[in-house]
Formats: sequence, structure tokens, C-alpha cells
Amino acid sequence: MSRALINVPAKAKRGEVIAIKTLISHKMETGFRYTNMGVPIPREIITAFVATYNGEEIFRADLHPAIAANPFITFHTVATESGAIEFKWTGDNGYSATEQAKITVE
Amino acid sequence: MSAVEPNRSRRPANSPWWRGMVAAAVGVAAVIALAVGAAVPVLTADIPLAKRRSTYEQMSPETKAMQDEDTANPGMLWVLDGEALWRATAGAAGRACADCHGEAPQSMKGVAARHPAYDGKRGAPVNLEGRINICRVEQQKAPALGLESKDLLALTAFIARQSRGLPIESDDERLKPFIDDGRGIFERRQGQLNLACAQCHNDNWGQKLAGITLPQGHPTGYPLYRLEWQTLGSVQRRLRNCMIGMRAESYAYGSPEFVALETFLMWRARGLPMESPAVRP
Repeated sequence: MSRALINVPAKAKRGEVIAIKTLISHKMETGFRYTNMGVPIPREIITAFVATYNGEEIFRADLHPAIAANPFITFHTVATESGAIEFKWTGDNGYSATEQAKITVE
Repeated sequence: MSAVEPNRSRRPANSPWWRGMVAAAVGVAAVIALAVGAAVPVLTADIPLAKRRSTYEQMSPETKAMQDEDTANPGMLWVLDGEALWRATAGAAGRACADCHGEAPQSMKGVAARHPAYDGKRGAPVNLEGRINICRVEQQKAPALGLESKDLLALTAFIARQSRGLPIESDDERLKPFIDDGRGIFERRQGQLNLACAQCHNDNWGQKLAGITLPQGHPTGYPLYRLEWQTLGSVQRRLRNCMIGMRAESYAYGSPEFVALETFLMWRARGLPMESPAVRP
């Protein structure tokens, strides 16, 4: 199970630029490492991150093996209306995690 | 011409081509040791209390911001796991930490700031990880958690989080002989580089060692998230790092030597505020 930390302001003014910060626990195993017995450790990373604001995609990122464990992704958006911002991470071996944050726009 | 070109694939396995590199590396190490030695004619004075500072103050604004904000601090992922473990029953006694200790923000407040603490029954100091495992074995009748295991780090981080901002305390007279033992390790030259902890962390803090700024080495934020590790680790893991860097043989996790060193370092850092879970580069 993954744990995620989400920082979305609870309230914003309409048209305000808001910062959104997300942090998720994931080992981001690169696939380039070997055990001390010489056996390759298979790649296991998050490959994609998508954020949607009331169903509309507002941010997307592809992740690659060089990205550190526990990826911290932060971006900005314009607060347009009250509702929910959803985050989805997907990755190797069918990995999937979702989180949601509510925002009130006045 | 090609006949005299060295050909790696035909080189015999015991060829000494790498020995030159080892010799060069030892030479560089000797120069470093000499340079540090030359700068430090006298070993070694304690840092005056008023001049002690957390490594936090030497960090970049970005890393400070990461530590300061709970939703950006990766250590908080372990704190959340630790909170779940705090409430989960474990062992034959069928009890959770919370069943005896209640709400951690009250019951665990300041606990991490006074560990390692003297344990009368054992006649020795016990660090926070050790205390958790004693509780697990004796009260919960559960197997001890492995040192540096995810669960033990999570519980330690959760408990240490309750002391954030509180000053480190070390005023138990019974700890004195162990603090002295720890000081002995801290000030003794050891390893192939023949370095003492004190040479970097007392005498040359704030100076550069290659690209990094030498910290004073106060354990104010353990267990902490080290970006280099990409995970959380205990102070003993950090000490092990330093000892390997000195090319000394590291003590084992949980060994009396490491606990004594930890006890000394907490005494040395007395009064500084706790930062757990801290973030370090």
C-alpha cells in the first residue's frame, strides 16, 4: 500500500493561481541494480502521474528510472470552481494509487 | 604499433594494473589526512554551548522547505505508518501501544528528547529503538522488530515526531560513565584514515570537505530522511556511514558502543530543539 501526502489549499479566490504539492511513497526501483548475489533487480517504478480538476485533466507527467524514490511532484493551476482535484499514479506491475482533495473557490 | 598497444582482454587476471590506482587513492587519502592534521594541531575542544547549531542551518533553502512542511517532508510517510502501528495490536498479549500509552501527542511528548535514557534494570542506557523493542518483547509479548526495519523506523519516527521543537535533555547523572565512553569513541583516532569524529565535527565544522560543508553532527532530527539514502534512517545508520568513510570497522547496530556514542552525542546536543523527522541532503 502506498501512502500519499497532498497539499491543496482548502479555499481559494476565483482566478487565483494555487500551488499543489503531492508526495507518494514508492521505492522507484530503477531496474539497473543487482543484488549482492548478482541477480538483476527488476524495474518497478511509477510511470505516469495525472491530475484532474472536476474531471478535466490539468497536469500530467511521465516518470522514468532516474527519478528518486518517493516522488514529490508540485505544480500550479488556476482555481476556477469549487470541487475535487484527483490524483492518479500508475506504474509497473499494475501499480495504481489515487487520492483526492477538495477545494472551495469563492 | 598495435603490437605494443595494451590489450585489456589478454591481460592476465593477476595483472597489477589496478594496484597503481589503489596506491594513488591511498596517496590522496594520506594527503587529506595530512591536510586535516595540519589544520588541527590540538585535539580537541568541545564546541561552546552558545555556538552549537543544527545541521539544518547549513542546508539549502529548498531542503529546509522540504523539512518544514509536513506535506513535503517524506519522513511524514513513515510517521503515518508509525501512527497505524501505534494503534495496531501485536503479540501474544493482544495489546497495541495505544492500549497502555493512550494518545501519543500527550504520552510520548518529550520522550525522544531524553533518549538514550538510563535503564535501571539493565544498568545501561537504552535508545528509543531499544525502548520500543523492550516494550514489544516484555509488554506485548511480540518479537522484537529488526533494527533499521521499516516498521521500527516508522514507530520511532512517530514517537520522535511528538518531541518536535522540544529541547534535547541529558541530565541523568547515571549516564555519565556512558557519555564518557561515547566521548572516548568520538575523540579516538580510528580507521585507515586515522581520523577521529572530533577532528571534523568539533575542530573543522563549517569548513569544506570536498563539496560538502562539515556539520557539527548533532543528532537533532533522527530518524531522518536522507535524500542520498532515498529513505528514512536512524542515527546509527548515519554513524555507520561516517565510520565507513573513515575506513574504520563499524560497530554493529544496537551495540553498546553505538548506544554510548549516541548517548554522548545527545548530551553534546543538549538544549538544541528536536526536528524529527528531519530531512538532510
